[in-house]
Amino acid sequence: MSDTRVSTESTGSAGRTVWPQLEGLLHRVSKPARYIGGELGAAYKAMDASQINWLFVYPDTYEIGLPNQGLQILYEIINERSDGRADRSYAPWTDLEALMRSNNIPLFSVEHHTPAADFDVLAFNLSAELTYTNLLNCVDLAGVPIRTDQRTMEHPLVMAGGHCTYNPEPLADFLDVVVLGDGEEAVGEITAVMYEFKCSGSTDRTGLLRELSHLEGVYVPSMYIAHYDGPHLKAVEPRFNDVPEVVRKRTVADLADWPYPKNQLVPLTEVVHDRLSVEVFRGCTRGCRFCQAGMITRPVRERPADQVRTMVKKGLDRSGYDEVTLTSLSTADMSGIDGVVKDIMNDSDSSGAGPLSVSLPSLRVDAFGVDIAAEIQRGRRTGLTFAPEAGTWRMRQIINKLISEDDLYEAVDAAYSQGWKRMKLYFLTGLPSETDEDTLGIAELGKNCVEIGKKYTKRASTTVSVGGFVPKPFTPFQWFGQNTDIELQRKIGLLRDTTRKMRGVELKWHDPKATLAEGITARGDRRLGPVIEEVWRRGGTFQEWSEHFDLTLWTEAMAKHDLSIDWYVYRHRNEDEVLPWDHLDAGLHKDFLWTDWMDALDEVGLPDCRWTPCYDCGACTGYGIEHVVASAVPPAGGSQGTSGPRQLAVAGGAVPVSIGRAPTTQGLPT
Amino acid sequence: MKLRVRFTKNGRIRFISHRDVARVFERALRIGGASVAYSEGFSPRPKISFGLALSVGFESDAEYLDVDLAAPVDLEAFPGRLTESLPDGLVVEAVAPMLPGTQSLQQAIVSCDWNLEIIGLDEAALAQSVSELLDSDEVLLHRDRKGKQTVVDVRPAVLSLKVVGPTEDGVGLAASLSTDQVTIRPDELAPLLGENVELGRARRLHQWTNVDGLQLEPIAAATDHGRKPHVRDIGPDELVAAQDAATG
Repeated sequence: MSDTRVSTESTGSAGRTVWPQLEGLLHRVSKPARYIGGELGAAYKAMDASQINWLFVYPDTYEIGLPNQGLQILYEIINERSDGRADRSYAPWTDLEALMRSNNIPLFSVEHHTPAADFDVLAFNLSAELTYTNLLNCVDLAGVPIRTDQRTMEHPLVMAGGHCTYNPEPLADFLDVVVLGDGEEAVGEITAVMYEFKCSGSTDRTGLLRELSHLEGVYVPSMYIAHYDGPHLKAVEPRFNDVPEVVRKRTVADLADWPYPKNQLVPLTEVVHDRLSVEVFRGCTRGCRFCQAGMITRPVRERPADQVRTMVKKGLDRSGYDEVTLTSLSTADMSGIDGVVKDIMNDSDSSGAGPLSVSLPSLRVDAFGVDIAAEIQRGRRTGLTFAPEAGTWRMRQIINKLISEDDLYEAVDAAYSQGWKRMKLYFLTGLPSETDEDTLGIAELGKNCVEIGKKYTKRASTTVSVGGFVPKPFTPFQWFGQNTDIELQRKIGLLRDTTRKMRGVELKWHDPKATLAEGITARGDRRLGPVIEEVWRRGGTFQEWSEHFDLTLWTEAMAKHDLSIDWYVYRHRNEDEVLPWDHLDAGLHKDFLWTDWMDALDEVGLPDCRWTPCYDCGACTGYGIEHVVASAVPPAGGSQGTSGPRQLAVAGGAVPVSIGRAPTTQGLPT
Repeated sequence: MKLRVRFTKNGRIRFISHRDVARVFERALRIGGASVAYSEGFSPRPKISFGLALSVGFESDAEYLDVDLAAPVDLEAFPGRLTESLPDGLVVEAVAPMLPGTQSLQQAIVSCDWNLEIIGLDEAALAQSVSELLDSDEVLLHRDRKGKQTVVDVRPAVLSLKVVGPTEDGVGLAASLSTDQVTIRPDELAPLLGENVELGRARRLHQWTNVDGLQLEPIAAATDHGRKPHVRDIGPDELVAAQDAATG
């Protein structure tokens, strides 16, 4: 696609920079502050040919990518090393990209504006499937061949980490190295191996990759070969006997050992999460069956409360932020969270700085969650967000989000009574065995919440936000055939018709076409590579952005390469089917996931294993590690599977998902 | 305690927006330990107000903000401490307590002096264009405001123009442009000087207030309303600038 020759000038030992050429173009692009760097906390360690130079790239805009905590953590860890250093880069918006291509300016780092090809590693964070084409675009803009087999010693290694890499197969043609799981330890080990290689003066790129494949958590796709039997994947096998058959994810045993980021980046321009973030725990064992993050990040590892408090205090002092968010997959579940929040508020009151606002990324659906919200939102009370995820109790048992209607109404009542006026409820549609009754239950919950609010305020309103469900690898729903975009559109239509008559209920929904595109890559195999490349070559970048998203690019690319959307997206998988990620290990036993899938279809819930006996999912036992939880008892408030047997009720009912062990014959690729 | 602060915005940081500058200062004041007063109500905001917006990409030697502090600060140390908490390119140069009744920056500024780089004309051609523009009784500018077309005579807004000689990519032009009633921005001025004429770099050199007919720097206007010399809280350069302006 491109012929992006590096056009740069040297600044002596500190390396080359494109700044002089770039500077004159910035007044012609939107939001030029995206490209100037200068963040508080940025490392500015000079380019050093004797070290391993990492370029961490987020394949979306600066304002989406900058706040990414994973990338910031690894950036700091590398910059603390003596054998490595790191800069950052983000996908340039289309206006600058056009100017860069016409002026032969390559992708650059925001710190030194060093050309990307001058680094030893281009390391991408992959958090969303629809950014895959941006990854290709960034590699191409760097002047690096997009395919691994076309790269030589003069090119950087292209690496990726992040949640999407639990199925990296669609990107196998493009990624030299994939890191599975927590990156804190792995990036150091990779740096050490590469440093030794660099010092040796070797030019054997394949040898380096083979060496890297020996590191735990490191997957080198080119060291494996995929075998097919017609449309079926038979196996993905190592090419050499020293390359592991199965690559196990990395898990940091104790978060207390990694109090990062210590110097969170404070950008000069507005970004999506423009506040201090402190990770209070990693992992989640709520066991929501649709949730990939909850499955692949097990077990729960809490950060000690006093470390949280110190990180918040130091972080606020050095950043000047007046807002902190305590991040995790379910922050209200942290042991003693109410005390942690109170301490933070007290520290702030005695600091003499202005009012502090604390936010939790997700609120547990019960009165306890609302109490915490009341503690941290002393001032303004506009909206509160809950995520019941499904409209009926039957459906919530299937997805194992064990919130009773009473829990929700109690929480909503508590919120309205304490001054909140607007609720926001998140739901998924297109879940396994979902009937129209389940779908319409979403509207019903919204209506009932408004009714409760009317007791307290005439302005009570509820926003019902609905997203289409995409089954993800390493979840119990990985075998489930995704709803078609037409079916999702019909369900959204049902909800639109129903909520139109409901005063105070506002419906929002995610575009089912984007849900389909996400589904194509989420569970695809290596045969998807040419499809992604085709979409990119036809200009399909920034597919996360509705103004750039184009489903026809995806469907036409699938057709061109004789791949069936029915087969890849809509088909239920069988128990004995080889899945494209079977040679990777997220810590979960496949039979645990299958049993959980069967339980789901039987509408059987499964309580949180933090406070119950172990189900042997594999995440702890397989790694010789355990939950790190300060409190051995469930948090107060009694909800969501923590308060007794009623959530475990097994209900009957017809389940319109057919599961079979025989291969289906519909929609096979030719 | 209300302070008027003058600062510069030069170099790469010229690419951040007016709103970004406001956020950066809010954080820098907290980092530096200044207790900023907050507004009352459900959503308390720090009491900081900024003057005229500076377009993204323009530099400035003369930006201003007014801040209301909840506790007194050491005025001598204040500019240095605040600058330390600011990113490169933002430098606090002067600070002075404001007299009660001082007009807000938005109300008080009547004109700005600029150093502009004009691209697309050589020096002689620019001089020709400038003198033609200055000789005109009427200079019509077409503006598109939210899809609504308007035509404004901007001649009264062009207070002075002077060609100052070649720059890296074009020709330098010193311009004094009104910000009061009839206004014109530097990026609107450049195309009026000829076809395919573009604005290159732009730097604001001064912002001016008009107090009882005197042209004063905003800090001078805030400290003594221009009525008597003031030496306590503002630096000597500032005073000289204010007096030069008043007399010249």
